[in-house]
Amino acid sequence: MNIGEYILSIFRGFKTLLTGMTITGKYFFSPGQIVTQKYPENRKTLKMFEGYKGEVVMPHDENNHHRCTGCGICQINCPNGSIEVFTNKIETAEGKTERVLDKYIYHLDMCTFCGLCVKTCPSKAIVWSDKFEHAVFDKRKLVKQLNNPGSSLNKEKK
Amino acid sequence: MAFSIYDFSSFTRSIDQGLNQVMSPGWAVFTELAIIGLVFILFYAVAGLYLVYAERKVCAFMQNRLGPNRVGIYGLMQTLADAIKLFMKELIPIKKSDKFLFHLAPYIVTIAAFMSLAAIPFAKGLHAIDFNIGVFYVMAVSSIGVIGVLLAGWSSNSKYSLIGAMRSGAQIISYELSVGFSLLTIVIFSGTMQFSGIVESQANGWWIFKGHIPAVISFIVFLISSTAEINRGPFDLAEAESELTAGFHTEYSGIRFAFFYLAEYINMFIVSAIGATVFLGGWMPLHIGGWEGFNHAMDFVPPIIWFFGKTCLLIFLIMQFKWTFPRLRIDQLLTLEWKYLLPINLVNIVIVAFLVLMGWYFK
Repeated sequence: MNIGEYILSIFRGFKTLLTGMTITGKYFFSPGQIVTQKYPENRKTLKMFEGYKGEVVMPHDENNHHRCTGCGICQINCPNGSIEVFTNKIETAEGKTERVLDKYIYHLDMCTFCGLCVKTCPSKAIVWSDKFEHAVFDKRKLVKQLNNPGSSLNKEKK
Repeated sequence: MAFSIYDFSSFTRSIDQGLNQVMSPGWAVFTELAIIGLVFILFYAVAGLYLVYAERKVCAFMQNRLGPNRVGIYGLMQTLADAIKLFMKELIPIKKSDKFLFHLAPYIVTIAAFMSLAAIPFAKGLHAIDFNIGVFYVMAVSSIGVIGVLLAGWSSNSKYSLIGAMRSGAQIISYELSVGFSLLTIVIFSGTMQFSGIVESQANGWWIFKGHIPAVISFIVFLISSTAEINRGPFDLAEAESELTAGFHTEYSGIRFAFFYLAEYINMFIVSAIGATVFLGGWMPLHIGGWEGFNHAMDFVPPIIWFFGKTCLLIFLIMQFKWTFPRLRIDQLLTLEWKYLLPINLVNIVIVAFLVLMGWYFK
């Protein structure tokens, strides 16, 4: 290394150091960019981002209709058995037997939030909600029935 | 009691006279020592805790976070709570460690920090001990700290501690040279090693301005090498939490760990204070030779604010180094010192000596 290169390398080194320090300095002096959420204070206004996996819910429309046909694909796909689907066989007016959902049991305490149930549901009956405050004092409260009492299948085609 | 925020010498003298009136001179000196010791212990604890807080805040803002904000307003009580927690924690005894050295090490580090703190001029007349070889004294006592680090590493009987301590030894001993040489340039300029003398010599302009290019070079070298000397990032090989868990203080717990941690931050304060005193005029306000009105306006700001302002600026710079640059490897560390900083410094010192001989600097 000759002396010119040596001196040049010093200046080059300083240039890169200054580049780094400009970046951190810029962040330091721009408090508007802070991403930290002050959680318990902003509970009212907190909005979770899209695709957030809080818990599995079954949406119902205004006539208390859900979209679950009770096929049980979610139950088969669940890797740790946190979904239990109970169905009834009923006789329709035309004399056909039909399967209707009786109880959709969701064990939140066993759920790993993998999302396979939501992904594989053929009729998009279950979705993720953004509620994440699941702490309870009694673990029996974590076993939830997702279909509302007295609800029935929405038969209209989408 | 005469008290002025601009000059503390009458204040300290009146305390001295008051004590001498009520007790014999021997006891008066003893009482003064005790008072100064208490003041320094208090300062040590408060400054250490709030430097930890400042560090956490600065690092958080540089990473777009908020940092501690729960304990007290803006998290101001956070580090106090941490200190209380560390007081109450169990001191875990290490089997097969060298008990005596293991217990001694944190105190050596702390004592070194205290001893260098004593020589810093905080404001006019606010100076615990004003040696005529102040710069030399600080250089000497600040390197006692490395003995504590080496003892901690050796006595812990742990591979991480030992590797950390050995790295720290190699690092501090190399970089001490650069710190010494960079301070020496200003000693040549000012013609004294006494801190009060160095500060007085900057009454018509700080050395970093008066000494122009060589002073700026030695200031940069001082910043780099003092960052290395206090074992802070990017030179924190002695701790290197990603490689050595915590380096030399891996085996320490509770309050003994807190001693190391506090000493580290106080050392940061000390090097910043020395840098501010030697290069940026210490408690001397910003004076420009010939501008009488401007100089007079600057004199209204109390010297203690000037001192702490400059020190905080340097502390901020050192913190920014830590949160910007990646850690060096041990060979890069030694290359930087022996192939770059030391030759630059040696050439710089020759240039400074020549400049002073010819009088080619702003007087």
